[in-house]
Amino acid sequence: MRCRRCRAPAVIEVRRHNAGFCSTCFLRHCAEQVRRAIEEHKMVAPGERVLVAVSGGKDSLALWDLLLDLGYQADGLYLGLGIGAYSDESGAYVRTFAESRQARLVEIDLPSRFGFGVPEGAAAARRVPCSACGLSKRHLFNQAALNGGYDVVATGHNLDDEAAVLLGNVLRWSTDYLGRQEPVLPEAAGFARKVKPLIRLGEREMAAYCVLRGIDYIVEECPMAEGNRHLGYKAALNLIEEASPGSKQAFYTGFLARGLPHFRPESEEDRGELKPCTTCGAPTPSGQCAFCRLVDSVAAVGESTPVPVPTRRRRARR
Amino acid sequence: MKVLLRNPRREVDVVGPLRVGALLRHLDLNRESVLVIRGDTLVTEDALLDDTDLIEVRPVISGGAG
Ligand code: SF4
Ligand SMILES: [Zn+2]
Ligand SMILES: [Zn+2]
Repeated sequence: MRCRRCRAPAVIEVRRHNAGFCSTCFLRHCAEQVRRAIEEHKMVAPGERVLVAVSGGKDSLALWDLLLDLGYQADGLYLGLGIGAYSDESGAYVRTFAESRQARLVEIDLPSRFGFGVPEGAAAARRVPCSACGLSKRHLFNQAALNGGYDVVATGHNLDDEAAVLLGNVLRWSTDYLGRQEPVLPEAAGFARKVKPLIRLGEREMAAYCVLRGIDYIVEECPMAEGNRHLGYKAALNLIEEASPGSKQAFYTGFLARGLPHFRPESEEDRGELKPCTTCGAPTPSGQCAFCRLVDSVAAVGESTPVPVPTRRRRARR
Repeated sequence: MKVLLRNPRREVDVVGPLRVGALLRHLDLNRESVLVIRGDTLVTEDALLDDTDLIEVRPVISGGAG
């Protein structure tokens, strides 16, 4: 197979574009897709300060690398989730990357700052781990951006992530979530803008980007993800994609162009008025915000008893 | 050839020579969900793998709806 652009031997094929790329042309392709996403959806204006939420995984490290290369003023934010060895390793990859690029990294460690990790938080609040984790991330990323004077928080959600979330929302017809599944959530009182510059790139492309750029990232999956629905949706979409390349992109971009507009109005009515959290001041529908409630529920079960992190089981084909 | 698989990490022996596409079918893997790495670089589906090659089949799917 040859590179579509320069005819050199290809190192990766991207079947939905029906194209192979050599290393140089592929890296350029990724940068172009990010630049296009940023322009198309007006994600970041020149001169704005970007805070990249980095996890140590392929997507967020590739995103940080790409934003730096595209000339953005992008600092990293790493949130230590207290998920055993997985968190230790992830943090190490992030620090190594930041050093190699001489980039600024902000770190917040959930256990040392708030006294619990995701496993303990989830158990105390009787939530599934990814839900406790997600709400902590949303809250802390937003607060860090506001406190640090950043204009925008960028996350590494890629095309596969967005297509999987979309499939989940459609299967349940969660119209309010559908109305908010935007690649850009504009800034509002108490909220920094949130953007997803990787929506034009698939998960496989992001992993390839890291391999070709020599970026080491955590390949092992988060042990708390085991069995979550999101992974099942991704596997289902990949079965469709294998038979019919381009399906995931058509599904997601078609939604943005022709589906999303139908759901937007409903969710705007739904949004309602927000008041400052009685504990931390973050905007919330009433009383305490979800994160402060999580912190309190951990405190309520007493000095956090460490919850064991699940060990990995063999997983079926996906 | 030695083939390293991840999640969980394990190694299997596969008899070569064979093409990347055939290797993935042999392992019953969806080609959208993995990358194939020979030595330290990526290879495309039509690449012919030799018996002496060191191969990694790396999953690219990460979970978490956070
Ligand atoms: S898989 Fe779930 S618990 Fe693990 S990092 Fe992602 S959202 Fe958090
Ligand atoms: Zn090329
Ligand atoms: Zn609060």
